[in-house]
Amino acid sequence: MYKILSADNLAANIYRMVVEAPMVAKHCQPGQFIIAKVDEVGERIPLTICDYDRENGTITIVFQPIGNSTRRMAELTTGDSFEDFVGPLGRPSDLIDTPIDELKKRHIVFIAGGVGTAPVYPQVKWLHEHGVTADVIIGAKNKDLVILEDEFKSVCNLYITTDDGSYQRKGMVTVCLQDLIEKEGKHYDWCVAIGPMIMMKFVCKLTKEYGIHTVVSMNPIMVDGTGMCGACRVMVGGEVKFACVDGPEFDGHLIDFDQAMQRNRMYQTEEGRAILKAQEGDTHHGGCGMCGGDK
Amino acid sequence: MEVDMLKKVPVREQDPKVRATNFDEVCLGYNQEEAMAEATRCLNCKKPKCVEGCPVHINIPAFISGVKDGDFRHAYDVISESSSLPAVCGRVCPQETQCEERCIRGIKGEAVSIGKLERFTADWAKENGIRPTPAKEKNGHKVAIIGAGPSGLTCAGDLAKLGYDVTIFEALHKAGGVLAYGIPEFRLPKDKVVEKEVENVKSLGVKIDTDVVIGKSVTVDELLGDEGFEAVFIGSGAGLPRFMNIPGETALGVFSANEYLTRNNLMKAYRDDYYTPIHRGKKVVVVGGGNVAMDAARTALRLGAEVHIVYRRSEEELPARREEVHHAKEEGIIFDLLTNPVEIIADEKTGWVKSIRCIRMELGEPDASGRRRPVEIPGSEFNMDCDTVIMSLGTSPNPLISSTTVGLDVNKRKCIIASEENGQTTKAGVFAGGDAVTGAATVILAMGAGKAAAKGIDEFIKSKSAK
Ligand SMILES: Cc1cc2nc3c(=O)[nH]c(=O)nc-3n(C[C@H](O)[C@H](O)[C@H](O)COP(=O)(O)OP(=O)(O)OC[C@H]3O[C@@H](n4cnc5c(N)ncnc54)[C@H](O)[C@@H]3O)c2cc1C
Ligand SMILES: Cc1cc2nc3c(=O)[nH]c(=O)nc-3n(C[C@H](O)[C@H](O)[C@H](O)COP(=O)(O)OP(=O)(O)OC[C@H]3O[C@@H](n4cnc5c(N)ncnc54)[C@H](O)[C@@H]3O)c2cc1C
Ligand code: SF4
Ligand code: SF4
Ligand code: FES
Repeated sequence: MYKILSADNLAANIYRMVVEAPMVAKHCQPGQFIIAKVDEVGERIPLTICDYDRENGTITIVFQPIGNSTRRMAELTTGDSFEDFVGPLGRPSDLIDTPIDELKKRHIVFIAGGVGTAPVYPQVKWLHEHGVTADVIIGAKNKDLVILEDEFKSVCNLYITTDDGSYQRKGMVTVCLQDLIEKEGKHYDWCVAIGPMIMMKFVCKLTKEYGIHTVVSMNPIMVDGTGMCGACRVMVGGEVKFACVDGPEFDGHLIDFDQAMQRNRMYQTEEGRAILKAQEGDTHHGGCGMCGGDK
Repeated sequence: MEVDMLKKVPVREQDPKVRATNFDEVCLGYNQEEAMAEATRCLNCKKPKCVEGCPVHINIPAFISGVKDGDFRHAYDVISESSSLPAVCGRVCPQETQCEERCIRGIKGEAVSIGKLERFTADWAKENGIRPTPAKEKNGHKVAIIGAGPSGLTCAGDLAKLGYDVTIFEALHKAGGVLAYGIPEFRLPKDKVVEKEVENVKSLGVKIDTDVVIGKSVTVDELLGDEGFEAVFIGSGAGLPRFMNIPGETALGVFSANEYLTRNNLMKAYRDDYYTPIHRGKKVVVVGGGNVAMDAARTALRLGAEVHIVYRRSEEELPARREEVHHAKEEGIIFDLLTNPVEIIADEKTGWVKSIRCIRMELGEPDASGRRRPVEIPGSEFNMDCDTVIMSLGTSPNPLISSTTVGLDVNKRKCIIASEENGQTTKAGVFAGGDAVTGAATVILAMGAGKAAAKGIDEFIKSKSAK
């Protein structure tokens, strides 16, 4: 059993939990994920590691209820336990293996959308701890859905943009990136984008035009998370990869996003579909401005 | 009970029509009377050929004569000298190519039903609460086992009986390996058989830590270092699924057999009280001809589909157990033999599979495996409509452990190199066995390798402490 030491909401529908999992906390690195299971009858749900505390042996997860399983997770509270919590899974972010001198020379921008903001945090924090300051763009539907602002502020240069302009900049993350580059004299050579697939797709489209190397974190359907089932396969540069062992981070310019989005709908319940549609719709309003609607 | 000496005492099975709609065990096994009757067919040979055919050399005539006399306890003790998973092997061993193939009775009539008698004996022992006896005292030496499949469970059990302090680390949330996630309930009941075997191992004092992925959560080198284990046994299996690399394989509705079976067996998608989703197809094509393909096909059938098995060789070459092929046919699985897929065609709008393009094959000259090689018949391509494709083309060992362990060598098939005799790998203190070493094989071989490695580890630790 893996005890939930604290549970709170970052926004109305975004949950944060700190979970006791010493073995995971001892070995995890930014970019990796865990698989949690509520109880015997629950599904195995993959979630990115959003923070970790090696000393106290804890892992922080942040999630948004989509369907049955994530909703059942949201019902848990401080003092409850997950029956299963396995990890760290996947490969650590490439940044971790890059020499610090090299990183210091890079101009890095992170683009975070919606609940994807949470997994960006450990990477930015890690860079900060190693003396590298990155720019971070957070995109959200409105003011109420901006999460982790204070945490980010202390570890990076933060730009926030909301779809409806209810907080700071107005417009999609791609617009913000464009403005930073074209109007505010920024130069980037490395981009990390984490958020809804549709957002990552359009960020990649834009960064390709600018010639900025872009890393994305894929979240396909998974079962075991160890390379055993192949449910998580994604096409990367025309080759089949298993996201749980070869990823979850990949070169965004090589990903077939349309197919990945299609595959993720395989088991979606009607209600999950509605939520994702709303979400991808959001990012759509707040994301790209060029796609002409979620198909 | 009348016994025809040329024929096996028939075993009771669920009616094919009924069982095609449920997940209960197909074969109901012998009752006492039937088992004792079948046991009379054994000739108690002086030089029993059957024993040579059994990979772990169970003293077959001795246990069968126990059954014949109604001394089931004795029969069980005889089997236990060589096997720790008789309830499993009695059900899933490919007997027709092992013990029963060599049985002298088989020359004129049908071989003695060794497997069914073994199953009967093991089930009798379970029902009567017979459990292995734990070690009287612990010897204080710590051993780590990776993987709770047949090889790991056996190695752990044997070491615990010798007094070792054993911990099994298992990546999944349940112990059992393929017995839990791969082989379906209707062939190998989970609560009645698999769980009981796991409990037996635990009753010997073995700790099972699920949710630990070695190579990720902790490495082999750390187990041997900070974690304080004196030896490690790797029984991580061969779980990596192969795909065909044909166009369309990432379409929606294309699954590996591992995914399909894991959802249904480990995650119980067929039961309403579990949240696991599974795609219940209407027309399912299963590609492959082994046990895994039969299991996937019969699972899809039970979930309500019309199921076709597409296999590139002919019936004779089907690598599955004969009983599984027979059962599959009885249940209404359609076999499209000498047929091979070339492309999966998806609906452009939805991305879902709508058909599979296949080519007819014929058998040519024998290949390296001695089987006649299938060759394509030019121009014989055709489309088969379907909404689901399950790829069941075999598996290979997962590189997760070998790639994170310093000095652990693998061969070109990614199998860990280990001695057959004692499981010793190229790294001191590290032993391995089962599918991780041989590639996908059988339960009995994995179990035998676990036994051999337990001996190897015992010798290794003893010789080390003697110094
Ligand atoms: C590596 C990885 C990291 C992730 N990190 C996070 C995170 O930090 N926070 C967060 O909120 N979500 C994250 N997700 C997505 C999260 O796992 C899904 O939202 C969740 O599985 C939905 O399950 P459900 O049963 O509630 O939804 P339903 O829509 O009812 O799902 C039905 C089925 O589809 C699968 N599924 C549906 N959508 C997804 C999806 N996007 N990804 C994977 N499987 C899906 C579910 O597992 C389930 O089997 C991550 C996914 C992956 C693969
Ligand atoms: C569907 C199917 C049907 C089969 N039918 C038959 C049959 O009828 N008869 C027969 O004799 N054989 C059959 N087999 C083959 C047989 O099941 C295997 O040969 C046998 O289970 C191998 O045992 P093992 O202990 O080596 O590995 P496995 O049973 O594969 O167990 C390995 C275990 O190690 C765990 N593991 C892997 N990597 C790690 C890691 N890094 N850290 C921690 N744990 C890890 C896995 O999760 C798994 O639980 C079948 C196989 C399948 C898939
Ligand atoms: S273990 Fe398998 S091969 Fe050996 S006697 Fe039993 S059924 Fe036959
Ligand atoms: S070969 Fe057949 S008849 Fe002879 S001992 Fe073995 S099972 Fe009995
Ligand atoms: S989740 Fe099963 S192989 Fe990646």
